[in-house]
Amino acid sequence: MSFLGKLSLDAIPYHEPILVFTMAAIAIGGIVLFTLITKYNKWGVLWRDWITSVDHKRLGIMYIFVALVMLFRGFSDAIMMRTQLALATSGAPGILPPEHYDQIFTAHGVIMIIFMAMPFMIGLMNIILPLQIGARDVAFPFLNNLSFWLTASGAILINISLVFGEFAKTGWVAYPPLSELTFSPGVGVDYYIWALQISGLGTLLTAVNFLVTVFKMRAPGMTLMKMPIFTWTCTWANILIAASFPILTALLAMLTLDRYLGFHFFTNDGGGNAMMYINLFWAWGHPEVYILVLPAFGIFSEIISTFTSKRLFGYTSMIYASGAISILGFIVWLHHFFTMGSSANVNAFFGVMTMIIAVPTGVKLFNWLFTIYRGRLQMTVPVMWTLGFMVTFTVGGMTGVLLAIPGADYVLHNSLFLIAHFHNTIIGGAVFGYLAGFTFWFPKAMGFKLNVRWGKAAFWFWIVGFFVAFMPLYVLGFLGMTRRLNHTNNPDWNIWLYIAAGGAVLIMFGIICQVVQLFVSFRDREALDDETGDPWNGHTLEWATSSPPQAYNFAVIPEVHDIDAWTDMKEKGQVYQSKASYEAIHMPKNTSAGVLMGLTLTIFCFAMIWHVWWLAIVGLVGAIGVFIKRCYSNDVDYYVQPEEVLATENAFNLSGSAKINSKGIKA
Amino acid sequence: MLIRNLCNIALASIVLVLSGCSGGVLDPKGQIGVDEKNLIIIATVLMLLVVIPVIVMTLYFAWKYRDTQTHEIYAPKWAHSNKIEAFVWAIPILIVIVLGVITWESTHRLDPYKPIEGKGEHLTVEVVSLNWKWLFIYPEQGIATVNELVFPANVPVEYKITSESTMNSFFIPQLGSQIYSMAGMQTKLHLIANEPGTFKGFSANYSGSGFSGMKFNAIATPTQGDFDKWVSDVKAKGNKLTKANYDELAKASENNPVTYYGDVDDGLFHTIIMKYMAGMSGTKDMDGMKDMKHMEGTENMDGMKDMKAMDHMSHEKMAEHSATPSISQGEE
Amino acid sequence: MSTLSINVEAENTKLASHDDHAHDHHDTSGDTVFGFWLYLMTDCLLFASFFATYAVLFMNTVGGVSGKDIFELDFVAVETAALLISSITFGFAMICAQGQKKALTLIWLAITFCLGAAFIGMEIYEFTHLIEHGNGPQGSAFLSSFFALVGLHGLHVTAGLIWMTILMIEVARRGLGKPTVTRLMCLSLFWHFLDIVWICVFSVVYLMGAM
Repeated sequence: MSFLGKLSLDAIPYHEPILVFTMAAIAIGGIVLFTLITKYNKWGVLWRDWITSVDHKRLGIMYIFVALVMLFRGFSDAIMMRTQLALATSGAPGILPPEHYDQIFTAHGVIMIIFMAMPFMIGLMNIILPLQIGARDVAFPFLNNLSFWLTASGAILINISLVFGEFAKTGWVAYPPLSELTFSPGVGVDYYIWALQISGLGTLLTAVNFLVTVFKMRAPGMTLMKMPIFTWTCTWANILIAASFPILTALLAMLTLDRYLGFHFFTNDGGGNAMMYINLFWAWGHPEVYILVLPAFGIFSEIISTFTSKRLFGYTSMIYASGAISILGFIVWLHHFFTMGSSANVNAFFGVMTMIIAVPTGVKLFNWLFTIYRGRLQMTVPVMWTLGFMVTFTVGGMTGVLLAIPGADYVLHNSLFLIAHFHNTIIGGAVFGYLAGFTFWFPKAMGFKLNVRWGKAAFWFWIVGFFVAFMPLYVLGFLGMTRRLNHTNNPDWNIWLYIAAGGAVLIMFGIICQVVQLFVSFRDREALDDETGDPWNGHTLEWATSSPPQAYNFAVIPEVHDIDAWTDMKEKGQVYQSKASYEAIHMPKNTSAGVLMGLTLTIFCFAMIWHVWWLAIVGLVGAIGVFIKRCYSNDVDYYVQPEEVLATENAFNLSGSAKINSKGIKA
Repeated sequence: MLIRNLCNIALASIVLVLSGCSGGVLDPKGQIGVDEKNLIIIATVLMLLVVIPVIVMTLYFAWKYRDTQTHEIYAPKWAHSNKIEAFVWAIPILIVIVLGVITWESTHRLDPYKPIEGKGEHLTVEVVSLNWKWLFIYPEQGIATVNELVFPANVPVEYKITSESTMNSFFIPQLGSQIYSMAGMQTKLHLIANEPGTFKGFSANYSGSGFSGMKFNAIATPTQGDFDKWVSDVKAKGNKLTKANYDELAKASENNPVTYYGDVDDGLFHTIIMKYMAGMSGTKDMDGMKDMKHMEGTENMDGMKDMKAMDHMSHEKMAEHSATPSISQGEE
Repeated sequence: MSTLSINVEAENTKLASHDDHAHDHHDTSGDTVFGFWLYLMTDCLLFASFFATYAVLFMNTVGGVSGKDIFELDFVAVETAALLISSITFGFAMICAQGQKKALTLIWLAITFCLGAAFIGMEIYEFTHLIEHGNGPQGSAFLSSFFALVGLHGLHVTAGLIWMTILMIEVARRGLGKPTVTRLMCLSLFWHFLDIVWICVFSVVYLMGAM
């Protein structure tokens, strides 16, 4: 084994024009970014206020930043796939040969689920959840920083695979035996394994962290049944993470042992059993989709009740429905492979279980409807996303129940009907939810609102684009087109493939509108300024803080008497009141341990992927060393002094009460 | 009455929209496919009973209670109603009960392992997915083909399916169900063509770079006589498929042309399965080991289903899979 | 996983220091132990996955050795005894720590460490012995799942030993302050947890395998 393992100059795919172009673009972008930061002397700020920050709000913003960057990456993959399929009809080869195309659809799936949706969800949860429960931070702030850097490391690894080597050509599920060394001898699957493993670890830590936060750090008076609904759905999602991600860890570890040390867990020979991988994968994978969608449900609930100026209908029902979804989510995994030859009893059992999930989901939809009922619905951008979701998701749910019938799945399995279905639920459910939450909470995180006009444009492009892109896939599924085809030769399919490609372009315009929206809003940030910290006349405690909130969130921890704690306080006239003096506030100090561990573990993973054993040892020992040093340190906190708190709070409360007086906002 | 009318309207519109869908799963040419199409339509109509009202209600409520309509009743603190709660839980539960019954019944009726009844004896075809082509062995006729499947219309066919390498899925959309092909184990599928014709077949599970070319034509001949003639034509071509040139065939290749083998080594299919099965148990006794294929992986995931798995295995599979290569025909 | 187990320890440091300040609104050492307990639950599921795989694969010996051929129950019984006793001695260490007896705590921790090290030593011996006789994890799915399951436990114990070393240094240098005791409490949970897992391994893998 050479000094650099399998790594050599041949690993760089300079013969692929698309990749060379991408690399050049990344390099130029990187240089420009580096120059700008240096020119404006922002390295210090970046290091102190962001990279080493343990503040949950800043970490949340960084998570969402990663999610948006990965959204661009994942969406570029999507556009390339749709282009390929629109060109490679009637026997034409198209622009992407299988060895490249197969990497793209794998990367698209992995990125969109693990590195777009998950960070987006966790980012929103980071920013909002501690605020909603009246906490000053999460239970373990350093762990939170570490979780972020582990996720970021995974994202970095997957992007490194663009430049060095290749990514997996197995589909995002990486089923063996295809993902075993025999059939995938390259480094692609190894990138897959390590990127997922490291980010999965980060996610697991996040779940533990937020569960402790929710169970131990709620404001006085906030019983579990007075917790805001978003916090509740996030808590269910965290329980699901804690219960399902260890399975992913185990699964990836086994695949690693198979590939690196010749074990026989999933191999064809040696008595391995590939079906076991498929079962374990979906025992994680199915709960995973509920992890994505439950917080989105919470976001819709918050938005609907805020913008109808009304209490959420059926709060208790909603919580039990989410719980039922979470528990049922664990006993339906087999519906991902009815066609594997299970007995009719087993298939029917899992089919019926899957359908039962439609009940609590349906209840949620009705509850949102009855929240609107006798309300005063303001057609804001978040509401538009919510209504768009309710229509889209209902369709997706219906096709999901259809796929849950084994007899129907026998002909629809793995077809484009399936692709249309899960995009219908993940885009129409999770992504619309995150984008709604992004618009809704943007002023809280950044201090100014988003431009409405561009927001509406983005929404219409997205939703029209979505239907144009994915409805044809349902038809193609019925026409018998299976997924992951590189080229087709069936004239009946062509028209639908062209329409779908057009839909992807519309979605692209939606994304462009969002970029413009960010730019325009930043430019007009003075006019869009959110002075009161409560731009939408909100219901819950996150709106009780300034926008963006102080590092310590609450100068005095609020007392909670109602589900809509902030509405309750406003009605009682207990808002924007400064105290004569404050106590010193105890805060965690920033730390570089998280980013250093992220860096060393990225090196470890990269070295493992390329079999550079000495470097792997350096990386791992480095990570453990940084960690032990951090453990041993006692210099981890500081105090915000009372005078400082007093000055800040006075300024904020002045502007808040001024707004109330001038605008006559109903308290 | 209203419901029946709604059903009819929905049915008509679906048929109208999808009448252009020739060659797909909504244009079935076999009994299993027809049953599955009907199942899809019935389930869809049932669900539309909730889905359409929900969508209409969403848009209607959003319009009716928009904030400029200040004359509408405004009840900001109204957040609970036992009646509505009961209603919103009951409606989906009712629909799911109906769907659940349909599911349970149809899953047993359409079990791919279940022989097709009342249509006479089954023709047996052994299917092997190779990288990246399909090998069809006709054990009763002693012939084999690559990337072409021929059988008489109106005769039920039993497919015994395995894989040489990666996992694929054997699928002829117009005839109905698909089933995975997996190395070292055998899965089963029963299909029938109700009329003669040429149907597209392919792998419905991604298996690597040559996957897109893993296509074949499934040809249903008008009569048994036509099929017999085809068999003798293939036999006349000679070209024996031995274990040796099977290994040659098994090497990865893409977009393979149709190939015929007039003669096949006895027990080739069995050999292919056994390649990964040899001595799976410590006792080196091959009996009862093929039960693997019937998903005990799933059951073991979760203690509660262990019993069911054992039950299923012992009743159906252990007996069925003797280690002897001779393949019994249509008697199970 | 070993990294994960120490992760929470880092939090102990941070949070435990909260306790020095009376005006904090919640008792953070309780949070730490609760958080650590939650982590152990996730770890439990990790083991459960490996157990499930073992249950699926233990018959797949591919004509090679089975549990009956390779398990030496006497040897494993001694190994088990070492680990079980180490749990008791850790219990004594905790009692001493609660009673602020620094020297005794260190002695009991050292004894625990030795027993744990003996356990790991024996396991390494067993593994090398098997590999030398051609029964390495590459031999069959049974051996793969056996090595992975038992090895995963061994990895955890090793992490525990490293953690114990660090804590012993800390106790020696800083005494038995509240943060240190909280950390000892987490390690003790971890240690007892590994004991329970080992009892499962012993019964499911060795006893049932040797039968």
